[in-house]
Amino acid sequence: MSIWVNSETKVVVQGLTGKEGQFHAAKCREYGTQIVAGVTPGKAGLQVDGVPVFNTVDDAVAATGANASLIFVPPPAAADAVLEAADAGIEIVVCISEGIPARDMIRVQRILQGLPTRLIGPNCPGIITPSQCKLGIMPGHISIPGPIGVVSRSGTLTYEAIGQLTALGLGQSTCVGIGGDALPGTNFIDCLEAFEEDKDTEGIVMIGEIGGTAEEEAADFVSQFVSKPVVAFIAGQTAPPGRRMGHAGAIISGGKGTAADKIAALKEAEIAVAPTPAEIGRTMQNLLESLNLA
Amino acid sequence: MKVHEYQGKEVLARYGVAVPRGRVITAAEQARAAADELGGRVVVKAQIHAGGRGKGGGVKLAASPDEAVEAARKILGMTLVTKQTGPEGRLVRKVLIEEALPIDRELYLGVVLDRSEGYPAMMASRFGGMSIEEVAASNPAAILKAHFDPDVGMLPYMTRKLAFGLELTGDTFKAGVAFMHALARAYADTDASLFEINPLVTTTDGRVLALDAKATFDDSAMYRHPDIAAMRDLDEEDRLEVEASKYDLNYIKLDGTIGCMVNGAGLAMATMDIIKHYGGMPANFLDVGGDASQERVAAAFRILLSDPSVRGVLVNIFGGIVRCDMVARGVVAAAKDVKLSVPLVVRLEGTNVEEGRRVLATSGLSLVVGDGMADAAEKVVNAVGRTS
Repeated sequence: MSIWVNSETKVVVQGLTGKEGQFHAAKCREYGTQIVAGVTPGKAGLQVDGVPVFNTVDDAVAATGANASLIFVPPPAAADAVLEAADAGIEIVVCISEGIPARDMIRVQRILQGLPTRLIGPNCPGIITPSQCKLGIMPGHISIPGPIGVVSRSGTLTYEAIGQLTALGLGQSTCVGIGGDALPGTNFIDCLEAFEEDKDTEGIVMIGEIGGTAEEEAADFVSQFVSKPVVAFIAGQTAPPGRRMGHAGAIISGGKGTAADKIAALKEAEIAVAPTPAEIGRTMQNLLESLNLA
Repeated sequence: MKVHEYQGKEVLARYGVAVPRGRVITAAEQARAAADELGGRVVVKAQIHAGGRGKGGGVKLAASPDEAVEAARKILGMTLVTKQTGPEGRLVRKVLIEEALPIDRELYLGVVLDRSEGYPAMMASRFGGMSIEEVAASNPAAILKAHFDPDVGMLPYMTRKLAFGLELTGDTFKAGVAFMHALARAYADTDASLFEINPLVTTTDGRVLALDAKATFDDSAMYRHPDIAAMRDLDEEDRLEVEASKYDLNYIKLDGTIGCMVNGAGLAMATMDIIKHYGGMPANFLDVGGDASQERVAAAFRILLSDPSVRGVLVNIFGGIVRCDMVARGVVAAAKDVKLSVPLVVRLEGTNVEEGRRVLATSGLSLVVGDGMADAAEKVVNAVGRTS
């Protein structure tokens, strides 16, 4: 078991003919992901590494039965690509593109309300269910299958956490990078809810960062609805206010979104907060041992 | 992207948002003609990218053109220190001369993206001149909010609700409602990320105007607003940060002594945190991006080291798709290229890490290899000395 993607997932890559799309689609295939189609408007009939390219997502779905999409479209066209996938009935859309205007994402979120499509990202590393499906740009070899669900706003810091878990023999059910933008398609709560329901997930690692109040809302959700052990880390404890730390969403503004506020909310919800980024895996191991789960 | 007050008002005016008449000048003597044109009685306002200008002496009322010249002379060229500039202050290169208004009331109006709702929120408060954070803390009920869809704009009932909440009546009610509709349209059409009108004033003759205007725009959307993108003022930005942006490096200068070079924003923040945990202080945030090529690593080293307070460097790379041996070769070549003279600690993890470590070990450089984040942070702090 896992959440959202598994060995049955069939993927169309939007922007397959671009440099990044081609490179990462090949990596996903090497990992074992079923990449069944590509979409680049005007390039129907082409093949990229043996994968057929279509003009529209509709055509790709009709020909291949794709039910997930991986987007590597330049930011000015990326919001449109997400909506095209949703309109074609794609269930899971992972948008890697970085730099989509906030206004475009407001429109995307409004249109996706009420549709069955789940958007992960934008500006994210993607989602991986170890040994089954890698839908994104994360390195596959650092993950092993197991009982820990991982959800994170970050990219390489997620790899760091996964690497620590794997080194301790704690495999992962699914790892989701929700992305560093201010308006992510999937948020912490969506992932926490899915991990809580997933019978093979026994513990959850949640990696947040400064900016916004998503971690506080997640903490509130955990205290009410999550029975499984949760470990968290918040990046940016030393970040100064008013400066955007790389991610569009990572900024302390108006006195809100500080790491201290978030850590206090997490502790209030009885979540085990890793004291340093080097101790995320260890904190989960200790927690599981204290609960006699490991 | 931030712009100056006068630029923000210029953008707002295009959408019919009422702003005082004003002229921007760069030499004190130009204040005379500007004040004459604006009716004699004017306000002289320093233009820098920071708030709190009034308290710092950057805003002066002038009763005549002579006084305007005098005020402009004092403000132009001064180093203005406010609570937002830091102790080093900011050199004033331009001043805005504005007509003085017959002010009746001072209110607050702002528009900002509310992430939890997924929509922009227009916020209004009767307490103009105060920071909205202070009002939010002391009297949250005094902040009125209306969320709107930028594709639709503010609906009439929303602006009415806010205008009633601000206790506007008669002509100012009508003017206030029109102001809010125009402000929402400007926010949506310019891809703004923040508008703050503080204070929004009503006048004794029934008008509603933006006495001050703070505007920030979405960097990601500036490709479709070349006119606004052209308002960027590099004089207001840190020299090293501007240099870094040329190489697509995300660099933010901080106050410490340990330079950091990391791939990925989250890991870069986490690296700063762990340096602090071991008693050091990071000199910067620097995300070299996903590929960490030799060229970018070299540019990053040059930028890091041109900060004179850097006494040691920590490189923390989690090679995902990119191979560690390639990163290691880039780090070694760049370190030799810039003739690195401070202690260097390198932590590599990920694909081909063994080969990467071998490249570092046989490089002939006197660098220290960190085994994991904690070890690397401890080693660089020990090399530089604890600061906290």
